[in-house]
Amino acid sequence: MNETNQKMSADDIEALLPWYAAGTLDARETDQVEAAVAADTELARRLDLVREEMTEAVFLNESLGAPSTRVMENLFKAIDRERKIARAPETRRGLGASLMDLFTPRAFAFAAGAAVMVIVLQAGVIAKLALQDRVETGSSFETASAPPVATRGFQIGSFALVRFAPQASMADITRFLDSRDAVIVDGPRPGGPGGMYRVRVARNYVGKDELERLVKEFQSASNLVSMAVPTE
Amino acid sequence: MQVLFARHQVRVYRFVLRLVGNQAVAEDLISEVFLDVWRQADRFEGRSAVSTWVLAIARFKALSSMRRKPDEELDEEMVGAIEDNSDDPEVSVQKKDKSAALRKCLQVLSPEHREVIDLVYYHEKSVEEVAQIVGIPEATVKTRMFYARKKLSELLKTAGIDRGWP
Repeated sequence: MNETNQKMSADDIEALLPWYAAGTLDARETDQVEAAVAADTELARRLDLVREEMTEAVFLNESLGAPSTRVMENLFKAIDRERKIARAPETRRGLGASLMDLFTPRAFAFAAGAAVMVIVLQAGVIAKLALQDRVETGSSFETASAPPVATRGFQIGSFALVRFAPQASMADITRFLDSRDAVIVDGPRPGGPGGMYRVRVARNYVGKDELERLVKEFQSASNLVSMAVPTE
Repeated sequence: MQVLFARHQVRVYRFVLRLVGNQAVAEDLISEVFLDVWRQADRFEGRSAVSTWVLAIARFKALSSMRRKPDEELDEEMVGAIEDNSDDPEVSVQKKDKSAALRKCLQVLSPEHREVIDLVYYHEKSVEEVAQIVGIPEATVKTRMFYARKKLSELLKTAGIDRGWP
C-alpha cells in the first residue's frame, strides 16, 4: 500500500477494518486504524461487527474437514507418471539413473513414511522430556517454531483456534492460559501473518456445549483475545 | 513436496471446496493444483508467500472447473456440499442463535463475495495478496470486501438481525 504519511480518510479507515481485525495491515496503517477506533465509538462498534464476521468465517471454514488420503495418492501417482515419461527417451541407464529411482515420489513417500516413524519414536522421548520440563518450569507456552503437536503428546484434549490481541503481553497471555490450564499446542498457522494459534482448552475431550462454553470464556477476555473459535 | 503438500493441503482444499461446492471435485482439483505446483516449482520467484502462489493456482483451477459445468448443476451441488446442520437464517434467529445465522448467510453469498471474505478472514491475506490471488487491483479488493460485508448485513437483516450497518 502507499507509503506516504498522509492521513487516511474515515472511509479509507473503515475499509481497512477487516484487515486490521485479521492482523494483516502494515505498522503505519495499523497505528492509524487503532487511533481512529480509539477516538470513534461508532467505528469501534463496526470493528466488533467485523470481528463477529471473522469468527464465524473461521468457524465455517474449520468445519469443512480435510481432504482424504486419495488426494495424496493421486498426486504422487501423477508425479511418478510424469517422471517416467520424462525419463523414457533415456536408452542407457547407468548407476546415476538407478540412484534417481530411489527418489521417485513413491519411493520418497515410503522413505518419508519411514522417517516419520523414526521421528515419532524420537518425539516420544522428546515429548516426555518437554512435558517434564514444562512441569518443572510451569510454562504454559509451546513456541510456534516447536515441532507439530502430533509429535508432542498434545493430541488428546479439546481445542480452539485463538488469535491474541496485539496489545496483549506475553506475561498476561501466560497468566491467562495458566489460569485455565490451557496451552498453545500449535501455530502460528501456515500462510497467514502468524496470529492464529491452536490452543488446548481442556485436557480431555469435552462435548460441543462444554467446548463452546470454554471458548466463550476466551472470547470474553477481549483485552487479551481478539478471536476464539472451537476446532478439532 | 511432501512438506509443502502437508503444510498447505487442508487450507487449499477448504478454499477450493468453498468455491466449487463439491468434495470429490475439490479433492481432484487440489491434486491438480499441487501437480502444477510441482511442475512450476522452478518458476516460483519468491516474490509472494508460497500460500499466496498456491491459492492463486487453486483459484484458477477451481474457476476453470466451474466454467465447464452448467450453472444449475453447480448451484445445486454447492448447496448440497456446504449444507450444514444449522437451520435457515430465520429459524436460527428464532432460536436466538446469531452465530448460526451469520454462518448461514456467509454460505449463501455469491462466489465472488465468499472468496474475498474467506481470503481475508480465514486465509489471513493482506490487500496486496488478495489482489494477487484474485487478479484485481488493490482498490477493487477493498471495494469488493466492502460490498461483500454489506451484502452479508442485508442477508442478516432479511433474517431479522439488524446490525445497524451499513
